Amino acid sequence: MKNWKLSAPFLLLLPSFIVLAAVVIVPLLLSFYSSFTPFRLTKPESFFVFIGLRNYINILSDWNFWVAFGRTVLLLTIALNLEMLLGLGLALLVEKASRGQRILRTIMMFPMMFSPILVGFQFKFMFNDNIGLVNNALQALGITNNAIPWLIDGTLAFIAILTAEIWSSTSVFAILILAGLLAMPREPVEAARVDGCTPWQTFRYVTWPFLMPFAYIAMTIRSLDVARAYDIVKIMTDGGPAGRTELIWTLVARTGYSDARMGVANAMAYFSILLSILFTVYFFRKLAAARTQIGAEW
Amino acid sequence: MATVSLKKLTKRYGPLEIVHGIDLEVADREFIALVGPSGCGKSTTLRMIAGLEEISGGAVEIGGKVVNDLPPRSRNISMVFQSYALYPHMTVRENMGFSLKIAGRSQDEIAKRVDEAAAILDLNHLLERRPSQLSGGQRQRVAMGRAIVRDPDVFLFDEPLSNLDAKLRTQMRTEIKKLHAKVKSTVVYVTHDQVEAMTLSDRIVIMRDGYIEQVGTPDEVFKRPATRFVAGFIGSPPMNLREAIVTDGKLAFPNGTKLPLPRQFRDRVAAGDKVVFGLRPDDAYPTGHGLHSGEETDVHALELPVTVTEPLGNETLVFADFDGADLVARMLNPRPLKSGDKVNMSFDLSQAHLFSAETGRTLRA
Ligand SMILES: Nc1ncnc2c1ncn2[C@@H]1O[C@H](COP(=O)(O)OP(=O)(O)OP(=O)(O)O)[C@@H](O)[C@H]1O
Ligand SMILES: [Mg+2]
Repeated sequence: MKNWKLSAPFLLLLPSFIVLAAVVIVPLLLSFYSSFTPFRLTKPESFFVFIGLRNYINILSDWNFWVAFGRTVLLLTIALNLEMLLGLGLALLVEKASRGQRILRTIMMFPMMFSPILVGFQFKFMFNDNIGLVNNALQALGITNNAIPWLIDGTLAFIAILTAEIWSSTSVFAILILAGLLAMPREPVEAARVDGCTPWQTFRYVTWPFLMPFAYIAMTIRSLDVARAYDIVKIMTDGGPAGRTELIWTLVARTGYSDARMGVANAMAYFSILLSILFTVYFFRKLAAARTQIGAEW
Repeated sequence: MATVSLKKLTKRYGPLEIVHGIDLEVADREFIALVGPSGCGKSTTLRMIAGLEEISGGAVEIGGKVVNDLPPRSRNISMVFQSYALYPHMTVRENMGFSLKIAGRSQDEIAKRVDEAAAILDLNHLLERRPSQLSGGQRQRVAMGRAIVRDPDVFLFDEPLSNLDAKLRTQMRTEIKKLHAKVKSTVVYVTHDQVEAMTLSDRIVIMRDGYIEQVGTPDEVFKRPATRFVAGFIGSPPMNLREAIVTDGKLAFPNGTKLPLPRQFRDRVAAGDKVVFGLRPDDAYPTGHGLHSGEETDVHALELPVTVTEPLGNETLVFADFDGADLVARMLNPRPLKSGDKVNMSFDLSQAHLFSAETGRTLRA
């Protein structure tokens, strides 16, 4: 009988285990299992047909999937790099401001306060070829007379999405890098100035190494964000025109809900989670290296 | 190498003036110490010389040239910061060679110079470490090394030893002195430790509240303090200072004790003047146990009750009640004394100081 007596900590934690299992673990396992079935929402019985790795083999040999995958990686690469440059610039400027720094910091965070759906609608409007702000401005400035088909041409649509993405999330970099700048000890910078550094050299050799960990933290956060990008694209182009702005998750959603091929969609989803994990691991490595570099004690 | 001169140098933060137009000439190859209590503007002055702090008024000249508008990198100076300010992401070797690298020197030359400096500072075995892997004293030496690998016109030190323990501080003090003898360059050394200032420098600048109180050799500021503040600040234990009133050839203390007016001041004061009487502990001693026994010319003795004694081995500090408050005396060749004992205390008045109670300035000619 003694063996049946469960310890108090276990008993106390049990309810949360049960809740977690019900809402996280079971769905996770079920969706993972379904990626090995030809499960269609319209044919519930297909859930019980096991087809092994067939879904995975199909998507890996599906050109459309790879294009969406590649486009996601491209979006991620370009967006992250530009966001970092812009964020760094913003942070450096705000740090220089001797007055009104609080206000500036708050303003800087505005874009983060809007739902991505709204950002999507806003940019969809701005890039509209007829009534959009962008074309209006370009025409008013006499740069072009044509109505540029921003959201209709594949490349331009990609640029439009990129712009929306960067607008809404540069502040992640700006805030984190600014935090780094504010936490940075002043003396090494002064020492560098005395040691003969120009402002650029001071930045290059002293300030930047110190900011790198902060930039990597922002990179990690944002890489996960962009790798699961869905809402802005859904609103602005819905993956169109003709699938030319299709990203992984718009493809997954289309496959799962429009085509009702849930099994395949889940296989895609699990595969692309790999992408996120890879990026996270990569940036965490970089972060750890950068921290050792500056001898950080945190 | 170069001279440094400060001309009516002023620093203001908004309406608040921190340094009030100070003048100072530092000769080529001179070691000058800036001392003063915390917050008196030493660091601010040094940072204005370095170019790290904007100059609100007046001028800084290095080598005869006004450098007010030059950035630090164009002033050819080295600076050792109180917090060392090492570059955390660089090894000791990289830290020390950084300024040479920026100046575009060759790898070979950098390596050679760093090795030389490391040898002087006994850092050879630490060259591949990072600052976070060093002790405070080692970091301090790296900071020093970073300054000496170049040959700057002027070295600026901002309390470089204040974070070290007493033993290490004494040791590093000697090292700095040796170093200066070797590299022979102009040095401006900020400290609030008067012992450091006395032992290291050619001349001492004593600052207080953004003014210079006195500039002089260690001997001058010790023997002939220009103000009551300097008298109290320089010397350890500090000079005994008491307010008194001059009355017909005597100094009358508030509680009625009287001392003869020291001879050197007889025609410098008039009856009724309010003065501050100063006597170093070296010049007060139990009779027969003094520093210069037998040579004094103007000695006056009083019977005083001992309050407490502090034996230091070779000597003992005797605190005796003089006119209602403790007076410190230095007793050589100590003899046992305990509190309550009456002791015959000799005052060597030829060494005494008088300051105006009103202005605090010395009444000496
Ligand atoms: N940014 C600032 N704004 C206003 N006042 C300042 C500023 N920086 C320094 N001060 C003031 O200037 C005065 C001189 O400061 P400084 O650092 O030169 O003192 P210090 O003599 O070096 O003292 P310590 O021995 O403690 O280092 C201080 O009273 C300080 O409060
Ligand atoms: Mg200071």
